[in-house]
Amino acid sequence: MSTLDKSDVEKIAFLARLGIDEQDIPEYAANLSNILDMVEQLNSVDTDNVKPMAHPLDGVQRLRPDEVTETNDRENLMAHAPETEAGLFLVPRVVE
Amino acid sequence: MQWEVVIGLEIHVQLATKSKIFSGASTAYGAEPNTQACAVDMGLPGVLPVFNGEALRKSVMFGLAIDAQINERSVFDRKNYFYPDSPKAYQISQLYYPVVGKGSIDIDLEDGSTKCIGVTRAHMEEDAGKSLHEDFHGQTGIDLNRAGTPLLEIVSEPDMRSAKEAVAYMRKIHSIVRYLGVSDGNMQEGSFRCDANVSLRPKGQEEFGTRTELKNINSFRFVEKAINVEIERQMDILESGGTITQETRLYDADRNETRSMRSKEEANDYRYFPDPDLLPIVISQEEIEQIRSTLPELPDAKCKRFVTQLGLSEKDARALTSDREMADYFEQVQQSIDDAKMAANWLLGEVSARLNKNALEIKDSPVNAEALTGLLRRIKDNTISGKIAKDVFEAMWEEGGDAHSIIESKGLKQITDTSAIEAIIDEVIAANPSQVEEFKSGKDKLIGFFVGQVMKASKGKANPGQVNQILQKKLKS
Repeated sequence: MSTLDKSDVEKIAFLARLGIDEQDIPEYAANLSNILDMVEQLNSVDTDNVKPMAHPLDGVQRLRPDEVTETNDRENLMAHAPETEAGLFLVPRVVE
Repeated sequence: MQWEVVIGLEIHVQLATKSKIFSGASTAYGAEPNTQACAVDMGLPGVLPVFNGEALRKSVMFGLAIDAQINERSVFDRKNYFYPDSPKAYQISQLYYPVVGKGSIDIDLEDGSTKCIGVTRAHMEEDAGKSLHEDFHGQTGIDLNRAGTPLLEIVSEPDMRSAKEAVAYMRKIHSIVRYLGVSDGNMQEGSFRCDANVSLRPKGQEEFGTRTELKNINSFRFVEKAINVEIERQMDILESGGTITQETRLYDADRNETRSMRSKEEANDYRYFPDPDLLPIVISQEEIEQIRSTLPELPDAKCKRFVTQLGLSEKDARALTSDREMADYFEQVQQSIDDAKMAANWLLGEVSARLNKNALEIKDSPVNAEALTGLLRRIKDNTISGKIAKDVFEAMWEEGGDAHSIIESKGLKQITDTSAIEAIIDEVIAANPSQVEEFKSGKDKLIGFFVGQVMKASKGKANPGQVNQILQKKLKS
């Protein structure tokens, strides 16, 4: 039985850059804990002889030939950007 | 206390593909911002990545070159983080099942010995875009041209014990990827970037100390300086009883110091999971063998061959083989003139000195292999002396043109070797006994005839002054 507390929910929300209301935190904590419980249940199955699955489709990735097929479509692709300058997207200043 | 330095490197190598790892946009460097970023690279809704087979082939080539295990099945994972130059808010990488497993390389140390450094793994991933922080009225500009460029991240074991070893390792990896042609290795353009994990531990202790990560050090010189300055910083802290904080630090070349990169300490939590947009990457043993058959001769093998077959010294062979283009240039010249020692001396002497002075690479040398061959041939056939050859080389470097026309136009072709001139004169004297008699009996003007004959015999190459002088001496004796 895994139980997430308030600070876990806040951390997850921060990592996902989600703004959440203080009052909703208990509900999120309960729901997320339920999901973890389900995973715990899966953990109880003996999988020693099971090959790890990376994808539900039993397929193999198709390889693309190394060819340039895209042309410059900057004007179109950047049309939806809120702010641009000199061909660049502008975003709030980020400096580490 | 005696401290032992422990260093591990993560090297990001841009793979030299024409198109991106998951899209058909061009990877060419230096284009106008965002003109080579398509809907996939921008992470627009509804797009799907399609994997570039050439990125796999080049990654496998590298793995084979370092005798690594090649994983026939590898898987792409999502590494989740938010940063504006990563528009999908995740980077497609390989965490759990990388394409290249354990391998190793031998590095060459200054004392001439070698040391084996383990490579933990190498995995494929996509590069991020670029953030430009200047000149945007307090905002940051984003160029996504680089987003989606294929990278091979090569992770070493913490096997290096000094900054010098770290540089030697980096140089070796650089040399290998350039030999293979899997990357252009251009550090100015960011095709070859290095992060260094550095820690100290008391000598004799098995457990590692707390490490710091030095980010994005982009020249061999800076790697050595950055690591050394970080070692000093850590040692000062430990000697005064402090503890090292595990963090990412940035090297400031201007101040020659490292400083903490993150203002807020937060543990990274990338929440990796297999990317559902991509199926497992599978490569068969036959395909791996096919790739193996395309591997060129690698620097270590070439160096060995230069020593055993061509009789070069280990040191010269090393210097000639660390760069493939240098080695190719050398071999082309060597094969044409059939004199390894002379070719090596010229390349490591005159040519290297000029290249260094002008900060050029061998491929940009104004004197190419063919031109140098032309020059060395003139030395070998005694057209010019080694000394004059240096003047001719300088002229070739500065003004272009081939050795022959420079020797011709500058009149460098003359024979200045006294014994050579004497030999010609002796022949002429022997062939014209009656004129010699006439000269000796007082017909001084005949000197002109003899000079003419000697010049003719030497095809105009003999120095007339010397010819005159020697003739007078010989005829009057």
